[in-house]
Amino acid sequence: MHYSRTKKWMPALVLWLGVFASASAAERFITLASTTSTQASGLFDYLLPKFTEKTGVEVRVVAVGTGQALKLGEKGDADVLLVHDPAGEEKFVKQGYGVDRRLVMYNDFVIVGPAADPVHTKGGRDAVAAFKAIAQAKATFLSRGDDSGTHRQELRLWEAAGIDVKSASGTWYKELGAGMGAALNTAAGLDGYTMSDRATWLSFKNRARLMLLVEGDPKLYNQYSVILVNPDRHPEVKLDDARGFMDWLTSPAGQQAIGSFTVEGQVLFHPNAAGGGD
Amino acid sequence: MSEIAEALGHAGRLLAAFDSGVWEIVLLSLEVSCLAVALAVLCGFPLGAALALYAFPGRRTVVILANALMGLPPVVVGLTVYLVLSRSGPLGDLGLLFTPAAMVIAQWVLVTPIITALTRQVIEDLWEEYEDELRSLGSTRGQAIGTLLWEGRYRLMTAVLAGFGRAIAEVGAVLIVGGNIAHATRVMTTAIALETAKGELGLALGLGAVLLTLALSINAVAYLTRDLARA
Repeated sequence: MHYSRTKKWMPALVLWLGVFASASAAERFITLASTTSTQASGLFDYLLPKFTEKTGVEVRVVAVGTGQALKLGEKGDADVLLVHDPAGEEKFVKQGYGVDRRLVMYNDFVIVGPAADPVHTKGGRDAVAAFKAIAQAKATFLSRGDDSGTHRQELRLWEAAGIDVKSASGTWYKELGAGMGAALNTAAGLDGYTMSDRATWLSFKNRARLMLLVEGDPKLYNQYSVILVNPDRHPEVKLDDARGFMDWLTSPAGQQAIGSFTVEGQVLFHPNAAGGGD
Repeated sequence: MSEIAEALGHAGRLLAAFDSGVWEIVLLSLEVSCLAVALAVLCGFPLGAALALYAFPGRRTVVILANALMGLPPVVVGLTVYLVLSRSGPLGDLGLLFTPAAMVIAQWVLVTPIITALTRQVIEDLWEEYEDELRSLGSTRGQAIGTLLWEGRYRLMTAVLAGFGRAIAEVGAVLIVGGNIAHATRVMTTAIALETAKGELGLALGLGAVLLTLALSINAVAYLTRDLARA
């Protein structure tokens, strides 16, 4: 019967699938779970080839929010994390999911909004005051709402401002559940305010009428750290190559590479590793 | 408007320049989706034919289920396949997460109900048409399956194309199980999502135009092959 012909393909198909799976397993690589800001800004495209050239180890980046990145680490689906939520990271290490947390670099968050700036936050340095003004005027604010490092920091600022955004959700306060780029796209479309990390903001191309309004508040400081997924918990973690990556990232060469990455002449991430790790 | 013009320009340049980065993504998209559809055909054709020809208790339930599963949300499939393939999941030891193989599995889960349900309809119609003829030749239902699948091959092509369209266009499942890793698991749809996140709307739409061109070409080739074969 004609149908039996298809049966002959079956081994070939299974073989193809096998080759597919093993081809990707044969190369030397580590999986890095990181944030949307580091990917969307172009840092990884600039940084990772330098490491691969030196060591022959490919770094495969899965870019998600910090919350999801920590989750991936918890389940052992990544070897290394590069994330930015110090409080969440410390908890992660304390619970035994990760080890050897090292500071890598920092930048800062900025508050952006419509150029018309109906609540007059422009030029301000006080993030909490700006948030209060936005809430008081019920001006549209776009929140990431995705449990990312940026989102967690934003929620801390609302708390500091004494504003209950949960109850305002769906009115002037809109929770998107989206990455930084998507949130900026939405803010551009709705002429709303949002908080962004500076790197994504500077490399973002669809600003429309958005402009940077508030910056320079120490509360807007944004620290990135690298954490090794605990190999005791997940033995498949590629310990040597993962550690090699962490060592390089915090070495003078890696730090220098991070500091030399610019967009439109601006440094997006400032290296601040303690040197060799702690 | 200017963005749409820019997008068309991007699409043209991307295709004309044979940009190696873009072709890598296009090829992986094709490879993953074709393989997923091929596996779905292997399961869906016999399953659909069996549903059409055999009466068994609960058959109606299975038919309704297959029809309903055509609307499976890709994110749900992605999440489920992720949990299964995760290092902490039941098949974690295979190390398939964040590989193209994981993406094939997710798309296979999405496409199989589509091909099963559409095949069932095609074979059921054909059986009504040819039942007397086949019975007079002494053919049992089981023996008829092969004949009916062959006779229905042009109609079944629509089922395969519907499955392929679903696979090549979905983003939710491959994003979760593939991770959109550059040079490893980045396909057309996840690349479009990434460029959109960067605010590179022109480039994103340009990639969309490339994807559309691809789908159009495949459908055109399928249609012309059928016409040629019939002639």
